[in-house]
This record gives sequence, structure tokens and C-alpha cells, in this order.
Amino acid sequence: MTDNHTHAAGKHPGVGTYVTVAAVLTVITLVEVGVFYVPAFHGILAPVLLTLSAAKFALVVMFYMHLKGDHPIFTMMLSIPLLIAIAVGIALLFLFGVVALGGTAA
Amino acid sequence: MTAVAHHTSTGLDNRKLAFWMFIGSECLLFGSLISTYLVYQGRSVVGPTPEEILDIPLTSISTFVLLMSSLAMVLALAAVTRGDRRWSRVWLLATAALGMTFLGFQAYEFTTFVHEGLTLKTNLFGSTFFVLTGTHGAHVAVGVLWLLTLFVRSLQGKLGPDKAINVEITGLYWHFVDVVWIVIFTVVYLLS
Amino acid sequence: MATSVMEHTPSAGLGARVWSWITTTDHKRIGVLYGVTAFAFFLIGGLEALLIRLQLSHSGNTVVSAQTYNELFTMHGTTMVFLAVMPLSAAFFNFVIPLQIGARDVAFPRLNAFSYWVFLLGGLFLNASFLVGAAPNAGWFGYANLTSSQYSPGHHIDFWVLGLQVLGIASIAAGINFIVTIVNMRAPGMRLMRMPVFTWMSLVTQFIIVTAFPVITVALVFLMFDRYFGTNFYQVAAGGDVLLWQHLFWLFGHPEVYILILPAMGIISDVIPTFSRKPLFGYAVVVYSGLLIAVLGWGVWAHHMFQVGLGPIAESVFAATTMMIAIPTGVKIFNWIATMWGGRIRFTTAMLFAVGFIAMFIIGGLSGVMHSSPPADLQQTDTYFVVAHFHYVLFGGAMMGIFAGIYYWWPKVTGRLLSEGIGKTHFWLTIIGSNLAFFPMHFIGLLGMPRRIYTYDAALGLDTLNLVSTVGAFVMGTGMLVFVFNVLWSRTRGQPAGNDPWGGATLEWSISSPPPAYNFSVIPEVRSRMPLWSENGMTPVPAVPPEPVHVPPGSFWPALAATGIIVAAVGAILKSLLVVLGGGAVLIVAIYAWALEPFEV
Repeated sequence: MTDNHTHAAGKHPGVGTYVTVAAVLTVITLVEVGVFYVPAFHGILAPVLLTLSAAKFALVVMFYMHLKGDHPIFTMMLSIPLLIAIAVGIALLFLFGVVALGGTAA
Repeated sequence: MTAVAHHTSTGLDNRKLAFWMFIGSECLLFGSLISTYLVYQGRSVVGPTPEEILDIPLTSISTFVLLMSSLAMVLALAAVTRGDRRWSRVWLLATAALGMTFLGFQAYEFTTFVHEGLTLKTNLFGSTFFVLTGTHGAHVAVGVLWLLTLFVRSLQGKLGPDKAINVEITGLYWHFVDVVWIVIFTVVYLLS
Repeated sequence: MATSVMEHTPSAGLGARVWSWITTTDHKRIGVLYGVTAFAFFLIGGLEALLIRLQLSHSGNTVVSAQTYNELFTMHGTTMVFLAVMPLSAAFFNFVIPLQIGARDVAFPRLNAFSYWVFLLGGLFLNASFLVGAAPNAGWFGYANLTSSQYSPGHHIDFWVLGLQVLGIASIAAGINFIVTIVNMRAPGMRLMRMPVFTWMSLVTQFIIVTAFPVITVALVFLMFDRYFGTNFYQVAAGGDVLLWQHLFWLFGHPEVYILILPAMGIISDVIPTFSRKPLFGYAVVVYSGLLIAVLGWGVWAHHMFQVGLGPIAESVFAATTMMIAIPTGVKIFNWIATMWGGRIRFTTAMLFAVGFIAMFIIGGLSGVMHSSPPADLQQTDTYFVVAHFHYVLFGGAMMGIFAGIYYWWPKVTGRLLSEGIGKTHFWLTIIGSNLAFFPMHFIGLLGMPRRIYTYDAALGLDTLNLVSTVGAFVMGTGMLVFVFNVLWSRTRGQPAGNDPWGGATLEWSISSPPPAYNFSVIPEVRSRMPLWSENGMTPVPAVPPEPVHVPPGSFWPALAATGIIVAAVGAILKSLLVVLGGGAVLIVAIYAWALEPFEV
């Protein structure tokens, strides 16, 4: 079991995929910035921006960092600490009164 | 880096596994920094405030620069994998250059803020902002150094396809630093 | 031609031998280094404890000043947690895990050495604070804003902040190393659910380490920036919240207690079956409980903060999660007892300590569950009741588990058995002493004596109980001296051990004691959870390798890199940017040299 074996399991995407992902990332960034400047969106700014940035996160992680198509153990090694970090972050937001059940605190 | 890939229980390279675990660990590091930023938002007793001082258009550009550096990074990996010495060097250098450009933007931003009256000590926002983005910037700087090292190794003819795993791991680091910035840009700048 | 760890090469001069230890990348030698160093720190921490108990032996005592007392209890806690229990566990991770999974070494031998040197230098750095009269003095948990430069002037807290960050580097590096080792370097047939429970619990522990340590690193960085650069993280006047420190600290601190106890639980999960001559009852349950503890352990931290005014919702949530985590913790106890039930039990010293662990941990666990109720905890917290609780689980639990491991694996490491007679004396002094020392603390606490006070009034009526506790501490100390005597005795008079003095079930007992440098002449194929107890459980491992086995050379760069880090820390204490940068430069040089050095595992 040498490098060859691990790379065969890798099957990295081609240049075309990479450039496409870069284009999508650019578009999402433009949308994010655009949404930021459009007053109509201000009510739902947070969920929209968080969703868009989560999409960017997923694209980079899945394609550039090659989690999609790699052994699932790598996905676990990222996901579990990430989930802990997010859960703890949300808990702290509640504990410090930044959010409260039934909407954000003042 | 001369460790030969030995037989392993999962068939995966030790170094790649180690690096993903390190990335997991870094999620908690940046998670704590970002959580602190969020928890302290709006609690500064004196200004400047984020709304007053953050330059969204400028930071959008630097964000774009960093995103493009990730593209350069994967292209570098592809080049190294296929043994393309010329394009390996081009893309590695490009990634480093884009990273340095990002750092340039950060340096400009930091010095501008200081001139406008925001330092580490000024208020809560200054403390959380500079430590969070500074930690991120330090990570970028380490990445640039790492990339330049690989560039030199390539010039020395020591970065053939057998070293692709090293470049892949460099890429993991670089993309992760990019991904953290995606979160910071959203949370600190856009959601200010 | 490979030599064993402990073999002396009389022809090599002292310099060469010292150099071989400085540059070693052999997990067995690194394990020995961890063990010896950690035990030395354990004795220092014990001395600090004895001084504390001496001071508290009666009311109005004047053995030490209030300031010195603060340094003593701070350093006792910090030392025991970070410089004794954790690295003693690391000694076992290092020596035992590769042997239990059938590997020749860990995944990254030089990184392994690096972790050790960082630990040693970090521990020396922390203790050097005593030499300049500035030992840390704000408790092992360093609450803000007592630790601010305003309320803690001088270098005391700087030593603490810098020392702990340095130690954190060692722990995270080792954590990654062992995770990769366990996941990726098992012998063929050694499926995860065939691994010894010690290795399993170690794997879980490493995962907790790599996720929890970054959080305290951030907390410490904030404190360091507040003290050095005037930031406002814990400055109330600027809008900061001292509770941020508490949350970040305990987000680390609670998983930390599982880091402290899981390895010991793993040890006794191997020891008890061996000396009951019976497989572990409910192996899968024990493993899954460990995993569950690691996950749930992230959800309970604020039970250390029931007295800060979190509010009824938060308190209820954390009370519930804390009660829940008692379940997987408690389940293991039933598994250990059920293992012994119907077994052919041999009460060797190792087994005595393992059974002692169970008894002491039950008591500590019960007082722990009492803390899970916020109203009850409101009376108990910050009193000696808590001190009783955590000493039962950390000394009665973790340390006794570690002693079980020491007696169990000593012959594997050294080739000689420790004396059973002296060992039993050590055990009885320890169990009697620790109960004398810590049981009265339950009452002392409930009767109103707070923690962290250097003296107390006679009117409290607690002189007698405190005296009993002090006597107990000295009985424990005597026990430790007996142990040290056992170690020295065994060097020349200990019975030589063969491969398998106890009749163990797991792979480490299939090779010589001490093992050859390459561990296994041929990597065996494993077909059972108990390879040595099962018919055809493993393929044979010949005494002599059929073909030469490559043993990696040593390397100086890990020690140099560690030196660079500690020089930078010293520079920070001296407030000298030049020294900090110098240390950084040494580190960078060492990293490059390390990366470019030819090193084949």
C-alpha cells in the first residue's frame, strides 16, 4: 500500500471543476456584498448571509480540500470538532444574552 | 519531507490524517475567537464601532483575492501531481503572491484603523477585532512562508509528483485559512 | 542489531548516553522520560500539598504566609493536573499503545519527542517561577479579573499564562500523534473493536485533548493580551465580562477532567480482566460509554459556574446534562465489578490499586452527582466539599489507576517485577492515607470551611477534622516514599520478568520484557480481542527477526524546537522582544532542519 494506492482513491477533480468552483465562489461573494447593500434584505440579512457563506465553506471544503470523494474519516475529523465549535458558539450566544428564545435580545 | 508511505490500517497517509485532525483542532481555536467576537458585539463602551470603521468594499476585494488564491493552490497541486515543473512554480508563486496581497490589504486596514482611532486597547471591538483577524493573518503569513518554501524546493528540483502529498497538505492548510476568512468576513464585516 | 531500551552500553561514555536520550525518538524511551519526569513533578506537587496540610493542621497556624499559601495551592493544582497526572498518562500512552496495537512506534516519532521536551521545559519554566519569588498564585483556574495586571501585578500570572500555553502545544501535538497512530498503525486484524480498552480510552482522550485545549489557549491568549498589551477581554469597565474567562476556562476544564480520568479507566479495564482471569464484561458497553462521555463532556461545563447567576434555564439545562453524564461514567463500574464476579481473582498490587480505584471513584462520583443539583451545589461550591470530591476522583481515581498501571506494566518496561510485599505496603498506606486525608473534607466543607483560605478560626470547631486530614496526607506521603523504595529495590532485587509475568491477554505480553528496540520481530496478524488467551489468537512473533528491522535514528531537532519555544516564553517574561524573536528564530531553524532531515520510520 503505497502512495499510488492513496492517490488512486483520491481521484482529484480536473481543472475545469476547480475553475467552475472559483466562479461560483465569486458569484456568491458578489451576491453577499450585494445583499448587504440592498435595504430590503436587512430583516433577513443574518440568515441569508450565513447560508451563503455556509455554501462557500462547503464548496471549498468539498472540492478544494477534496472531502467529497475522499475517505469519510477525513469528513469526520472536520465535522465533529466543527459541530462542537458551532454548538458551543450557539450556547455561548444564549448564555451571554445575545440571543434569547423567541428572537434576538436587544 | 522524506517519510515513505508505509502500509497503514486505513490505506491513508499518516500525514494527511494528522493534518485533518489538526484542522479539526483549529476549528475550536477559531470557533472560540469568533464566539468571543459575537458575544462581545455591541458591548463597547466607547467607539469607534464596526459600522463606522469597517470598509466593506475594500474587504470584499481582499476576500476575493484570498478566494482566488485557493484556486491557484489547487492548480498548483494539479501541476505538481502531473509533474509539470513550470506550472507548479507559477501556481505556487501565484498562491503566495495572492496571499501576500491579502496580507497587504490587512496591513493597510490595520494601519488605517489605528489612524482612525481604533487600536487593541481602545475598546472591546478593537480587542476582539484585532486579535481575531490578527490570528487569522498570522496563519496566512505562516502559509505564505510554507508556500515560498515549496517554491524554493521546486526550483531545486525536489518537488516532483512523489511530493504531491506535501503540496496537498499545504493546500489543506491554505484552504482552511481561506475558509476561516469566509466565516470572519461574514460574521465580522457583513453582519456588523 | 537492535538493543533494548534499558540496555546499558558500558562502552559509551556518559556524554554519548545523555545525547542518546536527548535525541531519542523511540516511544519506549520517551515513555520512560515522561514517567520519570512526571513522577518528579508529582512529588513536587505532593510537597506543596503537605505544606498546605501542615498550614491547615490547626486554626491560626503560621507555617506559611497568606501569599505563599496562595502560591502553594495554585501550583499544587496546576502541577498535579498538567505536570503529573496528564504526563503520567502520557507515559503509558507512549510505552504501551504501540505495543498493544502491534506497531513498531508511533506515527510521528520526532513529534513525539518534541512533545516530551516541550512538556519538560514547560514544567521547568512554570516551577522556575518559585526561584524568582513569583509563583502563580490565583488558583489553578485563574479567574478573571483577579488575574488582571491591576489585581495581580508582578510575574506570577505571566508564568502561569505562558507556561500553560507552552504545555498546551505539547498536548495537542501528542494528541494528533496518538490519534493517527491508533487509527492508522494497527497490526493486520487489529480491528478497532479488538483493541485493548486502554488503547480505546486513550484514543478518546486524545480526541478530547485536541478539541478542548484550543479553547483554553484562546482564554489564555486573551489574558496574556490583557496583561501585556492592554486589551479589554476581561476588563469590565470597557464592557468586557469576567464570565467570558470562566466559560472559556471551563469549556476546556470540564473535558479536561475526562482527559484525566479516562486513561486510568482504560488501565484498570486491562488490569481487572487479567487478574480476574476473565474477559472484560461488556467490552462494547465500556467502549461506547467512553465515547459517550467524550461527547456529553462538552455539554456540562457550566456546572462549575452554578454560583455566578446563570439564570434558572441555563442552570436547569446544565444540571440535567451533568446528571446524564453520570450514567456512562457509572455504567463502567458495573462492568468492572461484573468482570470480577466469578473470576479467579489474584490480589496483586496492581489489582489492589484497580479495585481501590473502583471504591474511591464511587465515593467521588457520589459527591459529584450531589454537585449536579444547583441548589445543593450553592452550599457545596467553593467549600472543602468540592475539594473532597475532586480528590476522590483524581487521586483515588486517576492516581490509583495510574499506580495500577505502574505495577502492571513495570515488568514490561524494565524486565523486573516490583516487590509485591513492598507494593502492598504502598497500597495500604495510600488507601488509608487518602481516605483519612479526604473523607473529613466532606464534613469540613459542609460545616462551612471555604476553599483557598490560608487559615481559619478556632471557633469553626474544625481543628480536629483538619488535623485528621493532615495526618492522612502524611500517611499518603509515607506511602509514596515506600513506592520510591520499591522502585529502587526492584532495580537489583526485583524478580526478572519473562514476556508475560501476569498471564495477560493483549499483544504487549507476547514480546520480551523489556521489548527489543523494534518491538515486534514480525508484525503479528491478530484474530481476537484477547490474542494471548484465544486459540489461534495471533500469528507467532519469533524471538529473533528473520530479516533486519529498520529502527529510526534519533534526532536533535525536536529538542531544539522545544528550546526555541521556551526561550520565547522566557523572553516574554523578561519583556524582551529580542529574546522572543530569538526563540522564534531557533524554532524556525529547528522546524526547517526537522523537515529536511532524512528520517524513515
